[in-house]
This record gives sequence, structure tokens and C-alpha cells, in this order.
Amino acid sequence: MSVVGVFGELLVTAGVLILLFLGWQLWWNDAIMAGQQSQAASGQSSKWIEDERAARGDAPAPDPADYGDPIVDTTEYGNGEPLAVMYVPRFNTPGTVDSVRTVAQGYGLDVLNSFELGVGHYPETQMPGEVGNFAIAAHRSAYGGGMHEIEQLQLGDGIFIQTKDGWYTYRFRDFEYVTPDSVDVLAPVPHHPDLQPSDRLVTLTTCNPLYSTAERLIAYGVLESWQPLSAGPPAEIAADVARWEQ
Amino acid sequence: MYGALWRILPGPWWLRLLIMLVLAAAAVYALFTWVFPWVDHILNPINVTVE
Repeated sequence: MSVVGVFGELLVTAGVLILLFLGWQLWWNDAIMAGQQSQAASGQSSKWIEDERAARGDAPAPDPADYGDPIVDTTEYGNGEPLAVMYVPRFNTPGTVDSVRTVAQGYGLDVLNSFELGVGHYPETQMPGEVGNFAIAAHRSAYGGGMHEIEQLQLGDGIFIQTKDGWYTYRFRDFEYVTPDSVDVLAPVPHHPDLQPSDRLVTLTTCNPLYSTAERLIAYGVLESWQPLSAGPPAEIAADVARWEQ
Repeated sequence: MYGALWRILPGPWWLRLLIMLVLAAAAVYALFTWVFPWVDHILNPINVTVE
């Protein structure tokens, strides 16, 4: 067999290996991580619900009229510590509740590429329910793709954030396409770091276009309501939560 | 390379084909389980944050 023949077979083998790697990264590993992240987030959500039930004992749930201002968690979370659970029904595979994700402090690869976490909170931004901007980041493709379906969001879609204290219902407002250095989107009033905030926003950041990192796709939501864990999940997602609650 | 492998395998053509397929499956399993996660860790690609 000629040297050229062997060289050709090596090249073809290398090509097949690269295609296999891409398939592994974008579909195989992505699907495995998505399943595990969703599973872990369902567990985290259930744990907080259970902890609250145990702490409340037999006391009745509060009257819907007096929830007051949202509770803002003032805990100092270390890098990688779970602080919330994100649930966006629009991101679900139809017929499932597979878009639950744990939001942890920090946006390093230890959070974003984790098999249990997947969504990172920008530590310098506000907390769920707080006046200002609760800004989070996740992968669009591969590594469980916590924001894979982000471009399907429609005006008014629910972005539900659960913490150890309560449920925060945000409503999707608008998209923005920016360059990766546009840190202004994280400001309490996005793009206006000098202004005093009065709204309670959630900001989702992920990469754009799909399978590229050239740009960032930003999705903003506005807080509509909140309720303590003792009041149960928002009616809109109560059936979904019952499906993942263990 | 693959031709030489084919020639040194024993048995009739269908047994050789079976052995080749098993070898290929084992190679893909090893790649998916150990090699690709390691390569991915080295490459460390994709950034989704603004900073």
C-alpha cells in the first residue's frame, strides 16, 4: 500500500473524528447535560418547597391580599452556590417540563458547563424581585442549552424565578442584539448606568447567532407579581411544578 | 490501513464485517466517554456572557 494511500485514509479518519466530536458536543452531550440540569433543578425547587413546608408547620398560608413588596434575598452567595431556579414554559420541549434550571452565583464555566447548574447570575447585578436588574447567563447551544429556545419568546411570556423565599413572575418584554462587550445591558437601568432604577427587571444573556459567539442576544422581562413559597407556585405553572416536585 | 486490517481479520466476509463494526462501536464509545470530554475541557470554547 502506498504512503499516499495511508495518508489519505488518515485525513478521512481525522475528518470523521471532527464530525463525531461536533455531533457529540452539540447533540449527544447537550441532551445528556440538559436532562441532568433539569433533573437537578427540579430537585432544588422541590427542596425549597419542602423546607418551607417544614418550617411553616401547620400555620395557614397567608391571605393573597397581603404579600407586600417582594422579599429580596440578602444572603451573600459564594461562586457556584445555587440561589434560584429558573423556569420558562416557552423553553420546554412540548409535552414535558424539561426547561427547569438552577441559577447559581457567578458566570464561570464551572457554573455554565456544570451538569447540575447551567445558569449563572452576574454577581454585581440585583437579586430576584429587587428594584433594578436580575441578570443571568446561559448557553444557547451545547452544555444543556439553558436558553436554547430564547428566540421563541413572545411578548408577555412568563419567566418564573423561584428562590428559597418565593416565586417571582416576570413577563418577557423585548429582545436586544448586542456585541459581547455591551456590559451596559447589566445596569440597573439597562444602558443607563447613571439613572436610578424604579422597575424590577430580569435580563437573560446568551450567545447569538445560534452555534456562534459573535454576538449576544439579550431578553428583558419585567416583574409582574410575586408570592411567598407558602402561597404555592403561580397558578399558571402549578400543574408543571406538581409534575417535577418529588 | 483499513484494507490491511480487513486482510488480517479471520473468517468469512460477514464475520470480518461484524468484527469491524464491533471495533468501530468500541472506538466511538471510547471517544464519547473519555476522549471528547477531555478535548472539550482543553478547548474550553463558547462564551455567553457580556463582559
